[in-house]
Amino acid sequence: MAGTDIKPIKEVIKPPATSVGALGWMRANLFNNWFNSVLTLFTLYTLSKIVPAFIRWAFIDSQWLSTGEACKGADGACWSIIPANIRFIIFGFFPYESQWRPLVAMVLLIGLLFYSRNRDHWKKSLTYAWGAGLIIMGLLMKGGILGLAAVESTQWGGLPLTLLLSVFGLAAAYPLGVVLALGRASRMKAIKVLCIVYIEMIRGVPLITLLFMSSIVFPLFLPEGVTVNVILRAQVAIIMFTAAYIAEVVRGGLQGMAKGQYEAAESLGLNYYQTMRLVILPQALRIVIPPTVSQLISALKDTSLVVIIALYDLLKTTQSVLSNPTWMAFSSEAYIFVALIYFGCCYFMSSYSRRLEKELDRGF
Amino acid sequence: MSKEKPDNQLQPTGEAIIEIKEMHKWFGEFHVLQDINLTVQKKERIVICGPSGSGKSTLIRCINRLEEHQRGRIIVDGIELTNDIKNVEKIRAEVGMVFQHFNLFPHLTILDNLTLGPIWVRKTPKKEAEEDAMAYLEKVHIAEQAKKYPGQLSGGQQQRVAIARSLCMKPNVMLFDEPTSALDPEMIKEVLDVMIELAREGMTMLVVTHEMGFAKSVAHRVLFMDYGRIVEQNTPTEFFDNPQHDRTKLFLSQILH
Repeated sequence: MAGTDIKPIKEVIKPPATSVGALGWMRANLFNNWFNSVLTLFTLYTLSKIVPAFIRWAFIDSQWLSTGEACKGADGACWSIIPANIRFIIFGFFPYESQWRPLVAMVLLIGLLFYSRNRDHWKKSLTYAWGAGLIIMGLLMKGGILGLAAVESTQWGGLPLTLLLSVFGLAAAYPLGVVLALGRASRMKAIKVLCIVYIEMIRGVPLITLLFMSSIVFPLFLPEGVTVNVILRAQVAIIMFTAAYIAEVVRGGLQGMAKGQYEAAESLGLNYYQTMRLVILPQALRIVIPPTVSQLISALKDTSLVVIIALYDLLKTTQSVLSNPTWMAFSSEAYIFVALIYFGCCYFMSSYSRRLEKELDRGF
Repeated sequence: MSKEKPDNQLQPTGEAIIEIKEMHKWFGEFHVLQDINLTVQKKERIVICGPSGSGKSTLIRCINRLEEHQRGRIIVDGIELTNDIKNVEKIRAEVGMVFQHFNLFPHLTILDNLTLGPIWVRKTPKKEAEEDAMAYLEKVHIAEQAKKYPGQLSGGQQQRVAIARSLCMKPNVMLFDEPTSALDPEMIKEVLDVMIELAREGMTMLVVTHEMGFAKSVAHRVLFMDYGRIVEQNTPTEFFDNPQHDRTKLFLSQILH
C-alpha cells in the first residue's frame, strides 16, 4: 500500500430508522410482504380467540383448593384435583406415613443432579458423594434397617419410580451405547457383527415388546423359585433399548471425525484405548450432544410405558386418581399437571445440554 | 539461506537408523510403492520430492506404519515393523510425525496437546511433562499461546505447535509430510525456520516437500520419486545441478522455472 493512507472514517453513519427498533423488526419479520402480513393478522386473530379464554378457564374462573363437589358447578378449571390427591400422584402406593422417605430420596437425587451440573465440581469427591447418595436413597426406599419399616418394591410408584427408571436408565444406557458404537466401528469382525446384530435387533422391536418380554417371557427361563424384581427387569429393558439408539447417534459422531485425528494420536504412540478415550470420543461425543439429548429425552418420556407391565409410574398414578368418580371429570387439569412435571425434567436436560455445548466449544 | 557446511558432528554417522529392503505396497490393485530400498543413517537429513501420486507420502507413512507394507522389510531403530502392535507403538513413540494439515487435537489446549503423548505413552509425571512442553514451545517461539486452543492460532503457529508436540516425545527420527503445503505463503518461512533449527541440532529428518530452497540448504540427500519408485537420489548440489534422469530433469524444469 505505497503511499495510500487509509484513514478511519470519523463520523458515525447510522442505519436508517426503518431497519432498527421494534418498528423495523416488525417490518422486516411480520409485514415484509402481503403473504406474511395476512399470516400475521390471521395468527393474531386466532390468538385473541384462544388466549383470553384459556386464561379465564385456568386462572380466573378456576378452583384451587375446593372439594370435588364444589368443582362440579364451576365453569373454570378444577385445580383442586392436584392438592387433594397430590400424595397419591407423587408417591403411589408407598405407605402413607413413610412417604417422607421417597421425598427425601428425590430431594437428594435432584440436589446431586443440580450440583453435578457445574463441571468445576467434577472431582473425585463428587463420585463419593454419588456413591453415598445412592446408598442412602436405596435405604430410604427399601427400609428394613435403622428402624425404617421395610417397603416392598411392588409398592414403589409415582414420581420416585419415574425418576428411578429414567435417571438410572439414562446413566447406564449412555456408556453402554458408547461401547456399542465403538464395537460397531471395530476392526474385529466378531465384535462388529455382534454389535450390529444387537443394535439392529433392539431397534427393530418396540419398547413395549421388550417390556412385555422382560415381564412375561424372561421369567419363564428362570429356575423355579427364582424371581427378578419387576422394576429391575423394566429398568434393564429400558437400558437395553436406549443404548441401541445412543449407539447409532455416537456412531454418527465417530464417522464425523477426521482421519487425521486418529493418525496424529497413533503417530504419538497412543494405543487404541488411549486414542479413543483421549482424542476421539471427547470430540465425537461433543458433536453429537444435540441428537444424544433428543434420545435421552425421548427415553425419559418412554418410561411411562411401564404401565403396561403394571408398574405405577407418575402417569399411571395420575390416571388412577381419575378413576375416582369425584375427580373423573377433571382429567385435563390432572394431565396438564403431569405434563408440566415431564416438561420440567426434559427442559432441565435440554437447557443443560445447551450449556454443556457452549462450555465445550473450542471453535472447531 | 547460507551455504555454510554443517559441523562435522552433524554429518550422518554411518550408523543406520531406518532400513527399508525390497519393500512393496499396494492400495487394492494399485502398486503404489515398488521395490523400495533405502537406508537412512543417524543424523541424516533426506528430502523426498516428486510429482503428486508418486508415493512419497505413502513411503514415509510406512515408516511409522500409518500405512502397512505388504512385501519386504522395514526396520526402524533395530525393531522390525510387523503386525505386532506393541512393536508398532514402540516405533511410533520413537518416530515423530508432522502432517500437512497439522492434526492438532482441537479439544485440548496447546499445552495439553504437547503433554498428551509424554504423560500417557512415556508415563512422564504431569509437572515434568508440562515443563518440558513449555521448553519446546519456547523453542518454536510460541510459548505465550500455551493456554489457547488450536482453533485460535494461525496455520503457521499450528504447524509449529505440531512440531513441538512431536519433539516432546524426544523422537530419534522426524518425518515431515508436506509440512508447508497447507500454509499461506507468508507463514511458510516461520515453519521452515523451525525445521532448519532442528536440523542444526542433528535431528534425523525425512521431509516430503516441494520447498527446493530448503532441500538445497538442509538436506544431505535428495530423493526423487515417480510411479512408486525411487528414480534418482543424490546430494542436493548434484541433484539440482546435474540431474541424471530425463524424468528428474523434466520435474525440476517444471518446479524451478
